[in-house]
Amino acid sequence: MAGEQSASKKPAVITVNTNWCKGCEICVAFCPKDCLEMEGGKCRVARPDDCIKCMLCELRCPDFAITVE
Amino acid sequence: MFDYLQYVRQENFPHIWCAGCGDGIVLKALIRTMDKLGLSQDETVMVSGIGCSSRTPGYVDINTLHTTHGRAIAFATGVKIANPDLNVIVVTGDGDATAIGGNHFIHAARRNIDLTVLLYNNYIYGMTGGQCSPTTPRGANASTAQHGNLEPAFNISGLAIAAGASFVARGDAYHVKKLETLIGKALQKKGFSLVEVVSPCPTAFGRRNKMASPVKMMEQLRDTVVSVEKWEKMTGEERKGRFRTGILRDIEKPEFTAEYAKLIEKMRPEE
Repeated sequence: MAGEQSASKKPAVITVNTNWCKGCEICVAFCPKDCLEMEGGKCRVARPDDCIKCMLCELRCPDFAITVE
Repeated sequence: MFDYLQYVRQENFPHIWCAGCGDGIVLKALIRTMDKLGLSQDETVMVSGIGCSSRTPGYVDINTLHTTHGRAIAFATGVKIANPDLNVIVVTGDGDATAIGGNHFIHAARRNIDLTVLLYNNYIYGMTGGQCSPTTPRGANASTAQHGNLEPAFNISGLAIAAGASFVARGDAYHVKKLETLIGKALQKKGFSLVEVVSPCPTAFGRRNKMASPVKMMEQLRDTVVSVEKWEKMTGEERKGRFRTGILRDIEKPEFTAEYAKLIEKMRPEE
């Protein structure tokens, strides 16, 4: 539950630069929490609240298009 | 949040690599490793030849040289000898380094000059239209092998070890954190160090070899990569169709520029 989260655990902010995203879908396919979706051939952050900040989408994005903070 | 933008030439983005190309993943791993090690952008030089991977220097905001096909290591050797204090990184591909540049590659390894070679192995000549490279697996399809490649592939890491490199590692674009560790060790090594990175080419290789999507290529890496530790415990049958990643060699031997400096000292006329 969100209410039980400690104050230090800030929710993740996932930013997608759609100008650089080429729609390879790697981020969507390997997100362990299924936070991302494809929309119009680009990545879209669909469920940011589920993000556990594992950073795998950012690490594997070939296009420098995703950042997680 | 990691700030990639301080290390890249933003005006050149989006980069030219195809959707799902592993080259961008490897570049990001390199940038994060450089940052972690505190490598100065002004004292780091990146040298490349020709090919998809060799486009990398155009995107990084450090000192860069984009040279001729196969000759990246030759240019890098010159840079390193002229100023041994620089960190010299060569970015090359399987075709660039082991076909036309094969001799530069083995002799730099033999000489044990302090270069870090990041070799993106995608099993194909991607930029020119999917021709067979020295690492195209036997039986795989390419535009110049439409009924399957008849030639056995080079084992690049094995070649570097045999030629005398002091540090050899293999990584891949799926296991990014491990790749960063390997690149870090290679950058810190005083001597010829190679990191062979298996990097997916969905466009020129995947589409001809039943891996039409970038995701499929990444899944294939996930399912076929084995750590060196696990590899040792596997039988010949279990190893079939798989390859190992990790440090394959790490030895100490005299480094060329250090030896050269000693020679200069020795030849200096006495006062």
